Amino acid sequence: MADIDSLREKFLSDINQAENLDQLTSVKVDALGKKGAISSELAKLGQMDADSRKQSGQLINAVKQEITSALAIKQETLAKQALELKLKSEKIDVTLPSRPAPQAKMHPLSRTMEEISAIFADMGFVIAEGPEIETDENNFTALNIPAEHPARQEHDTFYLKPDADGNRPVLRTHTSPVQIRTMRSTSPPIRIIVPGRTYRSDHDATHSPMFHQCEGLVIGPDIHMGHLKATLIDFCRSFFGVDELPVRFRPSYFPFTEPSAEVDIGCSREGGGLKIGAGDDWLEILGSGMVNPRVLENCGYDSTTTQGFAFGMGVERLAMLKYGIPDLRTFYDSDLRWLHHYGFMPHDIAGLHTGIV
Amino acid sequence: MKFTLAWLKDHLDTQCTLQEICDGLIALGHEVEEVVDPSQTLADFRIVQIKDAQPHPEADRLQVCSVDDNGTIIQIVCGAPNARAGLKTVLAPIGVYVPGIDIVIKKGNIRGQASNGMLCAYSELGIDGNSDGIIELETDAPIGVSYITYVNKNDPMIEIAITPNRGDCLGVRGIARDLSAANLGILKPLDMSEYEGEFDSPINWQISPDSQDIVPRVTGRYFRNVVNGECPDWMAARLNSVGQRPISALVDITNYIMIDLGRPLHAFDADKIKGDTLYIRRAKSGEKILALNEKKYECTPEMLVIGDENGADDIAGIMGGERTGISSETKNLFLEIAVFDPVSVAATGRTLNIHSDARYRFERGLDGESPDLLAGYIARFIQMICGGKVSHKVIAGSGVVWQRHITFNPSLTQQLTGIDLPHQEQNDILDTLGFVIEQQKDGVWQVMPPSWRNDIDGQADLVEEIIRVAGYDKLPMVPLPSLSVVAQPAYSESQSRPIYLRRMLVAAGLNEAVTFSFMSQEDAKLFDGGDESLTLVNPISSELDCMRPSILPNLLNALTRNLNRGVKNVRLFEIGPIFQDTSEKGQSLSCAGILNGDFQLGDWQDKARPVDVFDAKKMMEQILETLGVSSQSVQIQTPGPAWYHPGQSAIMTLGKTVIGSFGMIHPEILSAFDVKMPVAAFDCNVSAVPLPRKKNVARPLLKLSSLQPVERDFAFILNHDVSAAKLIRAVKAAAKEHITDISVFDIYAGAEIGEGKKSIAVKIHLTPKDTTFNEAELQKISGDIIASVEKHCSGILRG
Repeated sequence: MADIDSLREKFLSDINQAENLDQLTSVKVDALGKKGAISSELAKLGQMDADSRKQSGQLINAVKQEITSALAIKQETLAKQALELKLKSEKIDVTLPSRPAPQAKMHPLSRTMEEISAIFADMGFVIAEGPEIETDENNFTALNIPAEHPARQEHDTFYLKPDADGNRPVLRTHTSPVQIRTMRSTSPPIRIIVPGRTYRSDHDATHSPMFHQCEGLVIGPDIHMGHLKATLIDFCRSFFGVDELPVRFRPSYFPFTEPSAEVDIGCSREGGGLKIGAGDDWLEILGSGMVNPRVLENCGYDSTTTQGFAFGMGVERLAMLKYGIPDLRTFYDSDLRWLHHYGFMPHDIAGLHTGIV
Repeated sequence: MKFTLAWLKDHLDTQCTLQEICDGLIALGHEVEEVVDPSQTLADFRIVQIKDAQPHPEADRLQVCSVDDNGTIIQIVCGAPNARAGLKTVLAPIGVYVPGIDIVIKKGNIRGQASNGMLCAYSELGIDGNSDGIIELETDAPIGVSYITYVNKNDPMIEIAITPNRGDCLGVRGIARDLSAANLGILKPLDMSEYEGEFDSPINWQISPDSQDIVPRVTGRYFRNVVNGECPDWMAARLNSVGQRPISALVDITNYIMIDLGRPLHAFDADKIKGDTLYIRRAKSGEKILALNEKKYECTPEMLVIGDENGADDIAGIMGGERTGISSETKNLFLEIAVFDPVSVAATGRTLNIHSDARYRFERGLDGESPDLLAGYIARFIQMICGGKVSHKVIAGSGVVWQRHITFNPSLTQQLTGIDLPHQEQNDILDTLGFVIEQQKDGVWQVMPPSWRNDIDGQADLVEEIIRVAGYDKLPMVPLPSLSVVAQPAYSESQSRPIYLRRMLVAAGLNEAVTFSFMSQEDAKLFDGGDESLTLVNPISSELDCMRPSILPNLLNALTRNLNRGVKNVRLFEIGPIFQDTSEKGQSLSCAGILNGDFQLGDWQDKARPVDVFDAKKMMEQILETLGVSSQSVQIQTPGPAWYHPGQSAIMTLGKTVIGSFGMIHPEILSAFDVKMPVAAFDCNVSAVPLPRKKNVARPLLKLSSLQPVERDFAFILNHDVSAAKLIRAVKAAAKEHITDISVFDIYAGAEIGEGKKSIAVKIHLTPKDTTFNEAELQKISGDIIASVEKHCSGILRG
């Protein structure tokens, strides 16, 4: 039995001295493999008598178990060491840049129009649309702008070639023809806004031959100028995110409204920069008024029983004021540097739940 | 419209300050555009006298002056050659801002000599005048008095914008009347008494029968032996203040009265008129007039002209002619005070493209009574300045019909505006504005607008007049009544599409552009557009003369601009209108984009991958998916439209409807846009894509199979011209109910599979229905697939 003891000593020492998993495996084979020393000892048991077999068997099995467990412990230690070594060898400079992915932006005009829509949606407005190549009738005549009226000259209209019947289409100079289209096709109550492209033949630092407007029209029983005032003040304050924003209504003239009002918001130019809010100056921002009875009649409404208000705003101007964009012409240049600076991420969703400002 | 405060006060008796007047103008609807108040900017510049002037000991060109500043002697170093003892001039004292040179005067020391202020030249004050040296004043100029007060140039100038309906406010008197209605002063009376005159005018009017309808009234007056010298200083000063250069007394008077009373006049040199009649008539076709602006105009037969036996020499209401115009030698004058039809004047002015102050007023409508009522006032005014003798009036025309009655219920004011204004107050406002009111017993009024308010034609106009004067600040704030408890979406399903597409494409790495809806006809023609009916008659430039048939040309131009600025890897899209014809249906919504440079950007670990046709195809597929169209229902037909590479492009159709195209842009198109790198493009006609059928909000119940799916790979050898789509269709047809996905994982062409052949390898995803596949079933499916490919594509399984 001294044999077993020395075997035990030898293998435990071998296990202890194993430096890597390969060495440990060969110790395992030497000890417990089919022809391993411990296995051979166990094989000899068959030749023994019952008593010796029982005694030796217990002894050898105990040693086998001890060696097995020592192997397992060592195995785990060596595996851990090996892994650490491997991980160490796999070290990467993670400060290196990650794979480049393109980043893109939404045009600020899109964002601005969504903001406008979100605010008016909350007040029960829906979106209406109309074609950009319009008839003279819808763009002017039905809106109470007769042919030689001075107001028409101020529109700098783009004309297309007359058709076979002599009708000369125009590029709509404002979104107001959609008022006519809506009133001629639906009955009151009406509550619409019309964001869209408009055209005037003017091109300089502050005018673009194409620009965007947003029209509004509310027709309903007893809708009066007090409704107009509350609606537009709420809009201006929500849009600019200034609760106490001063809003001023001034008499003005538009052929399609009567009475008419221009709307100014308060601002300050102290220190050279423009700040929207209470201040000593005003910025013109909207045109509005009660729908002219002649326009109502032109659309087949009875102006003695039907009334309402309309308004219109320049989308670029609102965007420029809100987001501090200095130059109108840059909106249409598609300069990627500009878009990246003034644009919006696709998740910037304008809504009352996520905010307008 | 420019005027000065003193000028306004000729017509308005007021104690209001400049600020109060300006605030009042804005509240009345006259937007104040500019105010220039010299009494503010130049108030501190005062009159001083140089007592002694000695050469500066250290500088040749400077003098050291002792200056009497209202009794105090101060020392000032001055560089002006005309600085001399005894000269009265203007001092800018310490601390004063000098507008002409944009500095604030500080106490100085110039080469050892103290200097306590600056002696000024006209230019330093920002005033016209000889600025070779400092200002030289008369010897009796009072020392210590503000210079600007002394020279009486402290009258503030106010410029306001007049809305097109308010022709009556294109004269100072009209503005004064508006202000008086708002209680900002009292309108002074104007002497409109008749002036008989002393003799019969040797010149008379004759209105041709075909012009009677557009010449309702014209008054003429002959002035004999007038002196056309310079106008008086006060008049010159006022004209200068409003930007009118004085020319000669008679010309200046006509300008002055136009601004003062809003009453344009035309003066003929009577001695240059041939014959004794001025004919007011339609122009002969091609009749030419050399106008006072020294340009020659060719008239058409609709135009109204005035002329003598020698022909027309006045474009009525717009501009007089050179031949019969006033000169400094004019002795005898014939004056025209007319009202012409505004529409006729406007049309003529627009056709001839003449913008004159007279046209501006005529087309906005003049006071219908003015040819009669102002003839006396104007005659006295001219005589006062130019002397001479005045004839009796000669009048033609049946008279302006300006009288109209509006039935007005004053309760409409509250109905339209929400302002509850006492009826008496409404009455008073209309009264001060010159309206005549007859109250009827049922509370309804008959209102007659004054002769100068052509713009008033209905009850709503009266409401505006009333609340304009009462003040828009009286408007109440009333929120709109709520329409529904639950907020309804503002956008319809089709209106929401651009929003969804925009977010999808931006998230996919494309930037949103907004470009003009027009482009050059030349570019449009490259993209199947450029029809004459879609070209503008009056474009801004030939670069922007045609409605766009596609967004792509604009994006290609934007690409070029970006590349020229050194921006790389340009990915741009736009969602906007395109135009097939001028009808409403001819406009459709397009979503188009371009990709250039690397689609997958390279870096330290991966190589960059340039854009290819499949990047554009992917965008189209994502667009269609966003629009609710499954890519399986879309057919691809090659090649795409002519602007694409014929071998790398396609159109996409849904049934027979073309819904878009994608591909690499044709090299010839690229060179037309000066682009030297390949560009992938996509173009979806969003309007052509039908809205998906309305689905239930709740989704159908999801049934998940617990059976093991199976993947099988096949490689087929096919003729080169068999498309992958055809192969996939053939595979799919073999086992429709089991194949849930087919992907292509290899394409190969090479000598060992034969000339003109290619191999396509596909991975097929099979999902069992009721029970797990057994080997026999899989064998059958494989066999069916191979048979189907053989039948439909003449393909064989690669060994």
